[in-house]
Parts: sequence; structure tokens; C-alpha cells
Amino acid sequence: MEGLEGPLLTIITASTPLLLAALGELVTERSGVLNLGVEGMMAVGAVCGFAAANLTGMPMLGVLAAILGGMVIAFLFGLLTLGLVTNQVASGLALTLFGLGLSALIGDAFVGVPGPGMPKLYIPGLSDIPLVGRIFFAQDFMTYLAWALVIAVWYFIFRTRGGLVLRAVGDNHVSAHALGYKVIRVRFLAVLFGGACAGLAGGYLSLVYTPQWTPNMTAGRGWIALALVVFAAWLPGRLVVGALLFGAVSYLALYLQGIGVGIPSQFLSMLPYLTTIVVLVVISRNRTLLRINTPACLGQSFVPDR
Amino acid sequence: MATGAGAVDFPNRPKGEPLLAAIGITKDFATIRANDDINFAIHPGEIHALLGENGAGKSTLVKILYGALQPTGGEIRWKGKPVAIANPAAARALGIGMVFQHFSLFDALTVAENIALALADPPPMNQLRARIEKVSAEYGLPLNPRSVVADLSVGERQRVEIVRCLLQEPQLIIMDEPTSVLTPQEADDLFVTLNRLVAEKKSVLYISHRLEEVKQICHHATILRHGKVVGECDPQQETAARLASLMVGAELRQLQAPAPASPSAPVRLAVDHLSLPRPHAFAIALDDVCLDVRGGEIVSIAGVAGNGQDELFDAISGETRAGTPGAVRIDGAECGRRGVNTRRRLNAAFVPEERLGHGAVPRMKLSSNVVLTRHATREGLVKSGVVNFTGAREVVDRVTQLFDVRKGSPDPEASALSGGNLQKFVVGREFDRKPGVLVVCQPTWGVDAGAATTIRQALIDLARQGAAVLVISQDLDEILEISDRVAVISKGRLSPPVDARGITREGIGLLMGGAHHGEGAAHAH
Amino acid sequence: MRIELIRRPEHSRTMVVLSPIIAIALTVIAGFFVFLAIGVDPLQALYIYFIEPLTAGWSIEALFVKAVPIILVAVGLSLCYLANNWNIGAEGQFAAGAIAGSVFPILVPGWNGPEVMVAMLVMGVLGGMLYAAIPALLKIRFGANEILTSLMLVYVAQLFLDWLARGPWRNPEGHNFPDSRPFDGGQVLPVLVGSDVRISLVFAVVAVIVAWFVLRRTLTGFQISVLGQAPRAGAFAGFSQNRMILLTFLVSGGLAGLAGICEVAGPIGMLRTTVSPGYGFTGIIVAFLGRLNPIGIFFAGLLLALSYLGGEGMQIALGISDQITRVFQGMLLFFVLACDTLIYYRIRFVRTGQHPAGEAKHGRA
Repeated sequence: MEGLEGPLLTIITASTPLLLAALGELVTERSGVLNLGVEGMMAVGAVCGFAAANLTGMPMLGVLAAILGGMVIAFLFGLLTLGLVTNQVASGLALTLFGLGLSALIGDAFVGVPGPGMPKLYIPGLSDIPLVGRIFFAQDFMTYLAWALVIAVWYFIFRTRGGLVLRAVGDNHVSAHALGYKVIRVRFLAVLFGGACAGLAGGYLSLVYTPQWTPNMTAGRGWIALALVVFAAWLPGRLVVGALLFGAVSYLALYLQGIGVGIPSQFLSMLPYLTTIVVLVVISRNRTLLRINTPACLGQSFVPDR
Repeated sequence: MATGAGAVDFPNRPKGEPLLAAIGITKDFATIRANDDINFAIHPGEIHALLGENGAGKSTLVKILYGALQPTGGEIRWKGKPVAIANPAAARALGIGMVFQHFSLFDALTVAENIALALADPPPMNQLRARIEKVSAEYGLPLNPRSVVADLSVGERQRVEIVRCLLQEPQLIIMDEPTSVLTPQEADDLFVTLNRLVAEKKSVLYISHRLEEVKQICHHATILRHGKVVGECDPQQETAARLASLMVGAELRQLQAPAPASPSAPVRLAVDHLSLPRPHAFAIALDDVCLDVRGGEIVSIAGVAGNGQDELFDAISGETRAGTPGAVRIDGAECGRRGVNTRRRLNAAFVPEERLGHGAVPRMKLSSNVVLTRHATREGLVKSGVVNFTGAREVVDRVTQLFDVRKGSPDPEASALSGGNLQKFVVGREFDRKPGVLVVCQPTWGVDAGAATTIRQALIDLARQGAAVLVISQDLDEILEISDRVAVISKGRLSPPVDARGITREGIGLLMGGAHHGEGAAHAH
Repeated sequence: MRIELIRRPEHSRTMVVLSPIIAIALTVIAGFFVFLAIGVDPLQALYIYFIEPLTAGWSIEALFVKAVPIILVAVGLSLCYLANNWNIGAEGQFAAGAIAGSVFPILVPGWNGPEVMVAMLVMGVLGGMLYAAIPALLKIRFGANEILTSLMLVYVAQLFLDWLARGPWRNPEGHNFPDSRPFDGGQVLPVLVGSDVRISLVFAVVAVIVAWFVLRRTLTGFQISVLGQAPRAGAFAGFSQNRMILLTFLVSGGLAGLAGICEVAGPIGMLRTTVSPGYGFTGIIVAFLGRLNPIGIFFAGLLLALSYLGGEGMQIALGISDQITRVFQGMLLFFVLACDTLIYYRIRFVRTGQHPAGEAKHGRA
């Protein structure tokens, strides 16, 4: 029992940033927009969060700054792809390159600075239960937020009118426009939500996970989050499974390194990336699942006639 | 008599205040004026036809009435009061509903979700489902609210559109080409529904270019040409020919169709027990398709969209390969396992349904689009891997002359041409090769009457010169006009072809509904 | 305010030429404000960034040294992108080429006649090609998204290179630095002009010319454009999508691999833990800035090489992080993409709040 606690905690912490970023991208893609800039938005969120928390000494302000940072550069992406109908793939790449550069520039002053600690929530009674208490009731609040967000996003997409409109816009923007829905506005909001989530995910890395700032600290997690959305077939529930899988892979890499097996650390570090490729191949073979759930307008620009 | 707008009383028309009146509606787009000073009125309890050719401005006008477009000038009056219809929701709030031609449905969503999206304030899903079931039963439009739209047939999709419209309790229902995708029997069912609506004092604006059905069901007609109202009339008092000449603005040229070749002419295109599994979840499997087309004849394949036409075209053209070499034979050569270019070298030619994106690359010049289908036909357009674009431009000039392709510059991009002119180019590109076998899908879909006549006459002439012509079409009038024999495709199965001279719309319609899988076949002869 | 796009009936040929220039101008203007924001004199900074590197002979040489790998990578990527295959793993293919090309000089150090260079170049190209074949085959066979797989392979290649340079391929006499033994003799690319511009410049120029001819005149180039723009029309023309995926990935991987081996056998002269300051990603920007046209890519490559030099100059002169280079590159790509919209659309700014139905304009028929 006691032996399980450490691994489970590591897995949950490692999977949280992936879950947050992927959840935002899932909503964005459900609206029909493919934003490949998750990595860039995460990096900007990470540096904004760290800088704000460091300058003010208030971790909560850091969280808000991370969200805002992600949203600001997601706004740029929205302006380009929705306002000026630029190619979404290329614009997403631009966002990543720009975001990584910008975050490194802003973060130059913060390299090596120790981060402010994020307090863990402690619920008297509940948090004291062995195993269960530590895992479920003594996490930092961002972890709870991530899990609550999964449920909220699921509820929004499948149980509310707003979610229905979101799915409609992603499925057929011509029809949605013909019925009088503001396709561009819906997509813009979805892009901003994606930016907020990616920024939050970045903030989690720099405020909770590490907690410090180093350039390129996102280390491809934004891209893995993109792969997770495909793996999840755009369903929030499956996202949890995917994120936990990657959390487990991260734990495995750490564990193997810890017990000192004869595998060079570089090969262990490759594990998440190789897992991503394997996961993509496995899910792509299930063409029916993808065909039914892929938003039909994903990646397509829309220009209404006037 | 047809006259200018509003000049004469029509004794059979309901009296009193019009439900909706358009006054001086004008709409400019970047380069064209789509609607020019349009005046007309719809009365309560009337089925009002809006007639006009492709490109006459009908779609623009109805989009304005439904709030999807804003007019550049003019006024709309609803029950006598001027209104601004800012968006479709405003139109629905007034009491205007719309049934779209290319359905505005969402494939991935359920029937109930699709309907909820069109309601301003939908009830909870349980209640909505119950209401859908009730209304659809009342109007004879059976629907399962839990079905996903992607799984529905074309006719069922239209039912969703209509029920969605009815649940908004509109006073005016706009229907854009509602029968273009239906079998004649389904169309008759629709007319029953329309008459019910009129009996409830609701009005219908009925957009169509099918004159016979307009004569059959409409009380009044407004005719558009080049964006202007050119007349209005009581269609029941007019002949179809007269309506047609009003629409087109000139007497249409009659097709010249000499007798077909003798039945002993050699089979030039043979499809022999062709079966193909469906390539993906939303496609149709081909089931044991057999067909012979002889030199000198036109054989048509009728059918409602989505019954395997695309899959059959791809299998005959070679874009999809068949399981056995003998499944497709061109002039006796087995080519079921060969690609599209091998078949072209056997002097076959193909024209797909989609002009832009399938038959032509939109953002490429016409000369490049010539290379598209003729790079492998050993005509010298490609020599040791290098493309001869000069030669391709000469082909463009020949096609332009032969088919009267109107274009702004000598070699514009395909997307710059109008639908009719691009279709003439895409068809002409293949005619220029003098093919022995021609397979063409929807040869006149969405093109104006002049271009349609040109293309149909060319098909007949090509056949009479000894080519085998296979036409896949959903337009029954076209099929009856040009075919020597007709077969019907339904759920991926092809009926045996019958002589076109002995068959009626209703006969084909029964086959389209799938009646040939059994006793119905005899009925069609 | 609202942006309205009005589709042009045909694409504007003027804008094809003008849009990259407008994008560069906008980037400079935006740069002005970035410098202002980080508190340096914008005019001085812009001078150091864009002009100063062009004022000295050595720096012009450095410009070409940096431009060569970028151009090689970008030419290959442009073929991929024209065919609508999103290879964004050139950075990994670059590393794979560097690794494969270094096999002989590291494992057979004594072989240093002029002929070894041919073997190294061939190995480099093959290494890049094989590495690029992985995402291509995964896309063809399983439909796996090539954007994600090719990018994941970047991390894998970099980690593998890191392991090699620190582990088995480390120079035993190298005082524990994570470098391989330095290449010598025929293992180093011959210098063409000056002290550092090597024969690889010829490779880049040849690649540009060949790619231009292929795209402009040949059936293969035609296939690339058709399949990229309208896959359905490509199938109708009898072109094979799968063949084109493999072909474009192999070509772009091969060119990235060539750039990789030229870098380690040229300016670097040995294998290290990192062999590229992001040339594989810069190549993406260059491909777009050059409007996916090989000639355009040549000049775009020089411009982006300038941005590296400018970034280094900024760090030396003003003490600003050289990450400013990536900010500039990202901004440039943003503006390039935005300006490309002008080719297909006219842009109109509409003040919101006024009701379009209210105004009765009849003029523009």
C-alpha cells in the first residue's frame, strides 16, 4: 500500500500539465480549429506565471498571469487564422517558434531563480486517510482544477447548448453560418479557451512541477498534448486515460533511472516521445473511431459571404 | 398572361395584405449585382414559385429574406410593416423558416440536436424528442430523433430539414429546390405536406427550375433573369414552354437526336459483376454491378444521390481498382486492376461530378488543368518528364472554340470561370481527345440552360459518331431527354437497363426507390 | 472594427511579389516596438541587428555560412509543403544526417583521403532520408499524423546524438568534453572562398536550381502541386498520393541530412551534443518567406541567416539574450502568413455598429 503512494503521486503530477493543455486543445479542435501552437502557448504561460509569482511573491497571481499569457498569444493565433484565414498548420508552427523565443527572452532574467512554492491543500480528516487521503485530498489546487475541468468540459460539450453550438460549428461551418451562428466568434472563444488552458499547463510546470524557470522547459509536452487529443478521439474521458498513460511513462523513466539499470538516461528520456508515436499509430489504425469523432471542419478556414 | 411586377390583378390569388413584400431589393457583390430592384409579394395561404435559371439571383434573394445576407438596398415588409432581418434568428422570430437545398444539417449530430440548433429556445431534450415524434407523425414525415444524420438517406435528411422548420411554427416556409434530390414518389409525398400547410393558411416560397411541378402545385410565380424580375404569372394558366422562355429569355434550341446504333454494335464499355467493399464508414458498397454500353448509344444511370454513384464512377474510371481484371473492360481490354491512365490510353475519357477539386484544380490555370487528364495519353504534352505547357495552351484554345467557353483572359485559373463555362471546359477537354468511351457524372449539374443544351447535344453527337457514352445523373429530365437506355442505381446495386423510349418518370422513380430487388423490375418495363 | 475579406477572382500576381516585402517591413516596425519594450534604443538596435552584419567582409562570409544549411533544409521542406505533407522534423533529420555522415571519420579515423568526403556526404544524405522515411511510412501505412510523428523524432534524434557525443563517440583525448575527435584532411569540406565559405554553398545553389526546374517544368513538379492543392484531382490524374508522401519526405530528409553532414564536416569540424541552432525550424520559416519557391527561398535563407548574426551582434553589443532571434523569426513568419492572405483576398476594415442594410449603395456594380 505505502509503496504505491509515491508512484501514483508522480503519475498524477506528471499527467496534470498534459491533461490541462490537451483539454484546451480539445475544445479548440471541437470548434474546427487546429492550433499546433500549444507548445508555444505553454512556454509563454510558464514564463508569465513564474515571472508574476516571483515578482509579487503571490503564487495565485502567477496562475492568473499564466492563463493570461496563454490567452494573449492564442489571441494572435485567432487573429491570423480566423481574421485573416491564414493556413492553420503554418500559423500554429509560427506560434510555437514565436512563443518559445518570446518566453526565453522574457525568462532570461529568471533562469536559476528559485520559485515560490505552491501550497498544497490540506483537508483535515480526509487528507489523513492513508494512501487515498494523500493522493486524492492533499494535492496542490491546480491538480484539482485540472480534474474538475475534465468534468466541466465534458458537461459543456455534451450537455449544454453552448457545447452543441461548438460541435455544430466544428462539424459544418457552412450550415452553422446558414442557421445564423457566428462561426468566427465561436471559434475565437474556443481558441482563447485553448490558450488559457495551455497557459495554465505551462504555469503548472514552472510553479508546481519543477518549480523553476528554464528555457524550453516544456520539452515537447505541448506536442504530446496534441497527440493526446487525437488519441482521445476528441472525447474528454479518453483524455484522462491518455494523460495518465503518459504520466506512467514519465514515472517509469524516472524509476528506471533511479534504480540504476544499465540504460543511458538519454534513452529513458526518449520514452515519452516514442510512446507518442506508438500511441498515434495505434489510434490511427482505428479509422472508424476517428472518422466518426474527428470534427469535419478541422483545420479548414471559413470566409462568410456578405 | 405574364406581366411586369404587380401591374395586373390575378383573380385566383388570395386578396388582402401580403404576408411578405419585397420592395426594390438590390444586392451587390464585389464584381456583380446579384439582385437588381426586385419587387414581389407573397400572400397568406399561397405557394409562390420563384423561377429562374442557375445564376438568376434566386439563392441570393432567399438568403436576404432569411437574414443570411444583407441587401445593399431596398426594403422588406412583413405583414405591411418594414422590417430589418439582421440574421436568420431574426427571420425565425418573425415566422420565416427555411428548407435549404444543400441541407444545412450537421452529419455528426443527432436529428434532435440538429433541430435544437434551429430553435431559439429549445425545450429539454426529452420533451424535444417527443415533439419531433409528434410533429413528424402529424405531417407524415417519420423520423427517429435519436438517429445520427450521417446515417440518414437524402430523403430522410430533407424530412429533418422540414420538421425542423415546422417546429419553429413559421408562417412562411422558404424551400430551395426541394425536389432536386428526391425520387418522383418522394416528391409527391412532399406535395401532400405542402398542401396541408397551405390548408393551415401558411405560405410557401417555392424555388425551383422544374416547370412541370411548379405548374402542378404553385398558385403564383415570380420569374427572375439576370437578377431582375422579368415577369409574374399564374403558372397553372401557362404552358411549360412559355415559362421556360421567360426564364431563359429566348426560345431554347431543341436537341437533335438521331436514332441510336443497331443493337448489334460492339460493346465498348463493359462492367462485369463488379463488387467493391465500402472504402469508409460513410460510403456505399458496390454489389455485383453489370452493365454493357455499345458504341453509338447513350446509357444513363439514374438514382438518388448517395446510392453508390461516386463509388461506381471511381471504379469505372480506375481511381478505385476492382478486385478482378475482368470487372471493367474497355473495347474488350480487361482493365479492372489498372489505373485511370491505362484506361485513358485505351481511349476512354472521364468527367467527374465535382468540377472544382476533382475534375479541375481550382487555383491552377486551364492549361495546367489540360495536363491533369492528358499527361499520360501520349499526345506529346509530356516528353521525358518535362511538361509542354505551350501545347496545353493550344488545347485550351481548341476547347474554348469548340465549346464556346467564356473567360476573362486566354488562360485563367479554373476557379475564375463560372460553373457553366468550367463545365464546358471540363467536358470539352475530354471531347478534344475524340474518346471511344466517355463516362460522365452529372454533366449539367448547376449550369445554365444554354450550356446544358450545348453539353447534351455534344454527348448525343459523340455517341452517334460511334462512341459509347455512360451518363450518371440525378436529373430525370436530362436522362429522359438524351438516353437510349436507362438503368437505376440503388444502395450500390444496379438494375438491368431498360429502353428509354418506353419508360416514364414514375417507372424510373419506382426503381430509384429500390423496387428492382424483386417483383418491381417487371413493373418498370 | 471588423476585418472583412473579399475574395479576388484570381490571385494577385503583384501581391505574390509584394507580400514578402510587406511582411519584412512589418517585422522591422514590430521589432522597433519590441526593442522599445525591452528598453533599448530601437534605431540603434535595428542597425546592429539588420545593417551592421552587412558592413564587414567576415560577417558577409558568416552570412553565407549560416545561410547554406538553412537553404538546403528549406528547399526540401518547400517540396513537402507544396505537396501538403507537413514534415516539421527537419531538425531531427539534420541530426540524423550529421550522425550518419560522421560514422567514417569517427569509427575509421585514419581514412582521411579526399574520397572519404564522398562517402560521408552519401551517408549523411542516406541518414536524413531514412530518418524522414519513418514519419512518411507511418503516414502511408497507418495514417498517423506526420506533423506529430516527425516532430517527436526530433527529440529522439537529439537525445541519441547527445548520448553518442557524451558516450561511445566521445574523443578519448578530449579532456572529458562531450565532443568527438576533430575531423581532419579529407574529412573536412574544402573551402570555396574566404576562410569559411565551403563547397556546400555549391550544393545549396544546385539544390535551388534543380528544385526550381523540377517544380516549374516537370511532371513530377506538377504532381507535387496538384496533389498538394487538390488530392482528389490528383487521384483523378492518376497520381499516387502515397508515392508523393514518400518522395517528398525522402527528398527533404535527404537535403536536411546533407545540411547536417556539411555542418559537422564544415564549420563545426566534429560531432557535438548539438549540431544546429535550430536550422531545421528556421527552414520552415524560410520555406514560407520564400513563398515555397526555390529562388525566393535562396534570398529568404540569406535574410534569416542575417537574423542569426543580428541576434549574436545584439548579445555582444547590448547584452540582450540571443533568443531575440527566435522572436524575430516567429514574428516574421506571422507577418508572412498574414500578408499571403493579400494574394487571394482584398482586405476591408469595417466599422462595426452601422447597419449594412441601412445604407443603400448602388455604385459598385
